[in-house]
Amino acid sequence: MTASGAAGSGVPHLDVDPFDMRFLADPYPAHELLREAGPVVYLDKWNVYGVARYAEVHAVLNDPATFCSSRGVGLSDFKKETPWRPPSLILEADPPAHTRTRAVLSKVLSPTVMKQVRDRFAEAAEARVDALLQMRNFDAIADLAEAYPLSIFPDALGLKPEGREHLIPYASVVFNAFGPPNRLRQEAIERSAPHQAYVAEQCQRENLAPGGFGACIHAQVDEGAITANEAPLLVRSLLSAGLDTTVNGIGAAVYCLARFPDQWSRLRDDPSLARGAFEEAVRFESPVQTFFRTTTREVELSGAKIGEGEKVLMFLAAANRDPRRWDRPDSYDITRRTSGHVGFGSGIHMCVGQLVARLEGEVMLTALARRIAKIEITGEPKRRFNNTLRGLDSLPVTITPA
Amino acid sequence: MPAITFIHPDGKSDRVETAGGESVMQAATRHGLDGILAECGGNAMCATCHVYVDESWLARLPAMAGDEDALLDGTAAERRPTSRLSCQITITPDLDGLVVKLPERQV
Ligand code: HEM
Ligand code: FES
Repeated sequence: MTASGAAGSGVPHLDVDPFDMRFLADPYPAHELLREAGPVVYLDKWNVYGVARYAEVHAVLNDPATFCSSRGVGLSDFKKETPWRPPSLILEADPPAHTRTRAVLSKVLSPTVMKQVRDRFAEAAEARVDALLQMRNFDAIADLAEAYPLSIFPDALGLKPEGREHLIPYASVVFNAFGPPNRLRQEAIERSAPHQAYVAEQCQRENLAPGGFGACIHAQVDEGAITANEAPLLVRSLLSAGLDTTVNGIGAAVYCLARFPDQWSRLRDDPSLARGAFEEAVRFESPVQTFFRTTTREVELSGAKIGEGEKVLMFLAAANRDPRRWDRPDSYDITRRTSGHVGFGSGIHMCVGQLVARLEGEVMLTALARRIAKIEITGEPKRRFNNTLRGLDSLPVTITPA
Repeated sequence: MPAITFIHPDGKSDRVETAGGESVMQAATRHGLDGILAECGGNAMCATCHVYVDESWLARLPAMAGDEDALLDGTAAERRPTSRLSCQITITPDLDGLVVKLPERQV
């Protein structure tokens, strides 16, 4: 550790690459190092500032005027580099532009809409458990964490049945692309053309079934809230961020419940804890590990002076386990008061699909808890590597019916 | 510091001392009060911090923004004329003694 160079006085320079395979395989020791080194650190490998404590992550998320999103929420600075795809109109936008598009998606994914889809989502979760009980031995990622969202979300959006196999690979490109130009990112983008073509096509109004989330977005054009050119890009946001995230969220919850049988038995005793069990898994595993911001001016953050146009990497996962904020941060506790965790972000960009994610998580875990006595891991879990998303590639399990 | 009284659905009540500048939701969660979930952490996105404000206090609260109004249509318990999102009510000294009722459920 040295304290020289671009990052001014007092900011510790760390030789840590948060997108390196070893880091991604087991981020926890490095998260602790980053948190304990100081409130703000500098990562020489990619020339970015980093924040890993809860207070600073929360502060950066809640000051969008200083820490903007329109220059990209990945490492690439849109002011200096051409984005790999047209920027998102919501994720990669600042107020006032963001305020308008955000209002549209908030309306399409509101609590009122969730009440309308709840029964459908719950029935599909029951059907998934029926299938799992037939199988007994299965891969909890492919057969549960992927199969369940795939059985409801594309339909809820109003997508055609053909071509849905592009959805998870497309999302994987999007989340790899937030990272640095490492192998994960390069290979993802090289292979992205067919997935991009599929997604661009499905975002068009004529390809979205009436009544679905996609059609509801296009209907906002008629209300004058957005233009006909903006609607497809907002549908694209749901295709990018709405599926793989919940796959990893549900995967995280099942992995937690299989690893911590005491928490599973609490959930079995009281399935009404399902929603909290899912939320705690989002805190504990943080399926979305990181996002960047770019400074719009020189700013002082917890004593560190950061110049204009600097990238700041927010370690959401490290903040979610910061002992300054959480009691016993490394234990998975389904009755924890999780309010305030940053697994869905915080402030104006806080996940607009959070209600969809919670609904899926709640009904899936409820169905599992009611009908399954035991979940046992029967083989070595395999990790899926992505620059932004944390989750498993496979998790072999066997279940015992209740 | 201003104090707030939360009345639970079973009629029991909790009096909570608040810190300056926080919201009614934050005061409740900081005291570990049951009945306020606040899943979105106060970002006006989840409607799980729903309260019924005592009628005598309603007019003294800051006005509701459009997004709060829309979210209240999606609360788990019925929406009433006295419904508010507690994360959108910042406690000021003149709200000392505020009384709010908790709904039957938040999700
Ligand atoms: C467990 C599942 C999920 C996790 C962990 C998650 C996480 C996040 C995070 C951390 C952000 C903040 C980004 C930032 O601050 O720059 C975000 C934003 C967003 N999420 Fe999610 N998400 C999940 C599910 C979903 C779903 C189901 C949808 C769509 C139905 C969705 C759509 C979006 C969109 C469009 C944004 C951008 C919002 C904005 O910039 O205003 N997400 N999500
Ligand atoms: S805490 Fe989510 S709306 Fe108030």
